[in-house]
Amino acid sequence: MAKSTKKIDINRRNFLLTATSLTGAVGVTALGIPFASSMLPSEKAKAAGAAVEFDVSKVKKGEVKTTEWRGQPVWILNRSDNMLKTLSGNDGNLADPLLNVASQQPKYCENDTRSINPNVLVVVGICTHLGCSPSPKLEAKGDMGEEWKGGFFCPCHGSKFDLSGRVFKGSPAPTNLVVPPHKYISDNKILIGEDQEKEG
Amino acid sequence: MANNNEIKSSGLVGWIDERFPFSSFIKNHLTEYYAPKNFNFWYFFGALALFTFVIQILTGIFLTMHYKPDAAEAFASVEYIMRDVSFGWLIRYMHSTGASLFFVVIYLHMFRGLMYGSYKKPRELLWLFGVLIFLLLMAEAFFGYLLPWGQMSYWGAQVIVNLFATIPFIGPDLAEWVRGDYLVSDATLNRFFAFHVIALPLALAGLIFGHLTALHEVGSNNPDGVEIKQHKDKKTGIPLDGIPFHPYYTVKDLIGLTVFLIVFAAIIFFAPEMGGYFLEHNNFVPANPLVTPDHIAPVWYFTPFYSILRAVPPILSSQFPGVAAMGLSVMIFFLVPWLDKSPVKSIRYKGTLYKKWLSAFVLSFLVLGYLGTEPSNVWGQFPAALPLIGGGDVATFVARIFTIVYFLFFILMPIYSKKDIAKKVPTRVTMP
Repeated sequence: MAKSTKKIDINRRNFLLTATSLTGAVGVTALGIPFASSMLPSEKAKAAGAAVEFDVSKVKKGEVKTTEWRGQPVWILNRSDNMLKTLSGNDGNLADPLLNVASQQPKYCENDTRSINPNVLVVVGICTHLGCSPSPKLEAKGDMGEEWKGGFFCPCHGSKFDLSGRVFKGSPAPTNLVVPPHKYISDNKILIGEDQEKEG
Repeated sequence: MANNNEIKSSGLVGWIDERFPFSSFIKNHLTEYYAPKNFNFWYFFGALALFTFVIQILTGIFLTMHYKPDAAEAFASVEYIMRDVSFGWLIRYMHSTGASLFFVVIYLHMFRGLMYGSYKKPRELLWLFGVLIFLLLMAEAFFGYLLPWGQMSYWGAQVIVNLFATIPFIGPDLAEWVRGDYLVSDATLNRFFAFHVIALPLALAGLIFGHLTALHEVGSNNPDGVEIKQHKDKKTGIPLDGIPFHPYYTVKDLIGLTVFLIVFAAIIFFAPEMGGYFLEHNNFVPANPLVTPDHIAPVWYFTPFYSILRAVPPILSSQFPGVAAMGLSVMIFFLVPWLDKSPVKSIRYKGTLYKKWLSAFVLSFLVLGYLGTEPSNVWGQFPAALPLIGGGDVATFVARIFTIVYFLFFILMPIYSKKDIAKKVPTRVTMP
């Protein structure tokens, strides 16, 4: 072509540049979605993380049993009436007795015993400090000292929890132990990993 | 800075430029890098090859997050990617289709080089870098093909590794060393994974850098084979037939990329296995060291060389001549800059002799490629009564003829390229 004497239309040029760049950006973003989502839990991981059943009647009064959900220990503690009594009148020593940190239990467990069935506590056995698994120290006193009324003690950094998993003041752990979503599918069978309201 | 193309910018770019040659890099390699103005569509394939390399690296990273290089788990982990990983099928098909299209693009890119004499002085080293990239790319594809641990992966690797075993004296020990076992096994898979995901990609990245550095040193060739640097504007020193790479060729390459992506997406979404050519049917069966599939053939991009391997008969009860011929059929590309004695670069100004030989070469490459995908009895046998060839496979005979043509293209090049009557090359590039 011979040298054009026409003036360059800057507006037209800018419009084309912007439109092309935007179209390209949309394409790259759209392509980024499959790549990013490939890093989410796969169908296999989702299946492995599905809800697990547990027969509560296997746990005798005053005992604790451990099951596994999403690779975490979940305790099922069948609290005796004596144990339930230790839960009240202790609020002054607890960091969050009134369950203000809502993320630590589902709505239906925001009650005095942090459970659906008052006797049966279902709680994730992972310390809210740095993720160790505390040891059950269900008996009062013993090696935990005269004041101890039963609860859980984390061997890593000494966090203490009561028999409904509420953390004691002065513990390194900032919040109460987590009550996982769970529901009763019959009188004795619970399903850990699914919320009660879902089908209710 | 004692630099006459000093750049003065303010703000962030200025701050960077005082510490890092950012603006000068952009100038030297994009906005003031002058490429011949007469590029045709054959010049898309270099940029497309680079783009495909990036696709392979990116999708490869994401596949590595889910793949397990373990003989007991590899096959299942690929199926896991296909079924359970979110969009895993897309990422894997991008990678498998990308591998095949990489070779399509590279073969067209190499053909462009042969057509326009892009290997001739001063671009010999640029060509050598390219052939090295091609060699490593074949190794990369071969190592990658073992990873799904299907029947074709397994037996393909078995055959290729056994090629080394035919080398006189050291062969058997060498094959054992490559495998790390007495058969292709978990040890082999594990090391092939290491080569495939880090060793070769790293080497390829380095060679691509060398290829581009050499290119930008000597400048691009063009369909006329005219050196644009010989005719510069007296005042500015800019080649008269050159245009800045950016924006002219970046925009042009974007169009090529768009067409390429349409083809790429169409294959991924509608024909990811490409009828068994991109992903072979037998590779959906887990590797079984005790059973060889009825018909094993390499993936299409290896088949011309595989045909040459099959075509050469054993000599002195050794398979080595076939293996040597196959190796030579690739290595011979290294010699092209010194085999071509023609005074001109581009096919436009070469005589008919070169055109005929190049056509014969392309035809033999395609026929050998086709025959490599088929069993050697695909065209039946000659009647037994015929002398010499009676009873032999027709396809093997044809493969032998074309193997000879393939090699003659190179071996006779010094003779026919000298004898050929070249036309007069214009001093400046021509535009259609």
